[in-house]
Amino acid sequence: MTVQDPYNDPVILGDDATLGPEVQVDYPGYRSTRWRVPKRPLATLPEELHRLDGPVFGEDALGPLDNDLTRQHEGEPLGERIRVSGRVLDEDGRPLRGALVEIWQANAAGRYQHEVDRHPAPLDPNFSGAGRCLTDGEGRYSFTTIRPGAYPWGNHDNAWRPAHIHFSLFGRLFTERLVTQMYFPGDPLFQYDPIFNSVRDPRSRELLVARFDLAQTQPEWALAFAWDIVMRATPVET
Amino acid sequence: MTTPTPSQTVGPFYSIGLCRRPNDELDPDGVELSGRLLDGRDEPIRDGVVEIWDATRRKWGRSGTDGDGRFRFRVAREAGVLEAFVFARGLLRHERTRIYLRDGDDEVWAALDPARRGTLLAQADGDGLRFDIRMQGDHATVFFAH
Repeated sequence: MTVQDPYNDPVILGDDATLGPEVQVDYPGYRSTRWRVPKRPLATLPEELHRLDGPVFGEDALGPLDNDLTRQHEGEPLGERIRVSGRVLDEDGRPLRGALVEIWQANAAGRYQHEVDRHPAPLDPNFSGAGRCLTDGEGRYSFTTIRPGAYPWGNHDNAWRPAHIHFSLFGRLFTERLVTQMYFPGDPLFQYDPIFNSVRDPRSRELLVARFDLAQTQPEWALAFAWDIVMRATPVET
Repeated sequence: MTTPTPSQTVGPFYSIGLCRRPNDELDPDGVELSGRLLDGRDEPIRDGVVEIWDATRRKWGRSGTDGDGRFRFRVAREAGVLEAFVFARGLLRHERTRIYLRDGDDEVWAALDPARRGTLLAQADGDGLRFDIRMQGDHATVFFAH
């Protein structure tokens, strides 16, 4: 007898708007979930533990060129120079000031400056691919970087990640903590990517995609993308 | 209410962005708290990140896991209980747990299944404390909705 193993096939599940912004944490098409996602029901915490203040980061957490990934080395990195900016808001739409935003990404060829990345695409000696900043008084962040390339991964046959920038954010509360990925509009790889599609509500999925922003585009210098981020503090209903 | 931005996995290459500088000493004179992050086959998770928060002392720390799945902090022994998040490739959203440095005497501890709450208690290990995090299995760590 053979047992059907749902993890052997790349599966893009159909849309499900009832999930809203929740990511489906046991999404079977993303194989790494299999042995890592907790299987038992989650325990609950009293309300005050959802309202704990979180850590506060100051300017001392930053280096001078941390928000410009194109100027961290002697030369300029190869690739399409871009500016990525937006606002960090809480669920009520209020700006989160002084929020630490950390990003990391592949270079223009789709290669990370990381020893585990074996993709045979060139490293760029002028690109580390990491940045950080604090949001300003209006909750704004801004990075100058290069547009990352798509890259292959071992999830299934001929699997490629759509180009993305990883984001990590700290809000005001301990529970206002978000790690996510920003994607670029119109990527032809969206429909094949189980990580992107693990957000099964199509409208929520769109919240992961930046908007091309001609108004912020700097003539003769860099294209601009705008991406606002909303931090959740309330617990998932289980 | 504005719709929150969905979560996505930290991925396997987070260390270039999140671990550029060490952030694991909440109390440089404190006790070592270390442990292994393990998957459902008891294999080490080599690409995980553990973040802890001593809410009383307002001290925060972060440790990536090494080739053995091990994370390491230095914390105040008096801290009692630490809040913790776990991130890893394969986790589309981070998980929340708590690390009790000594037997729990709070409301959360009292409400937990006595057969499982021991997974939240750090064990004496030489001069330090040991706290393994098991994502799945019979001895899976208790995780909390968040």
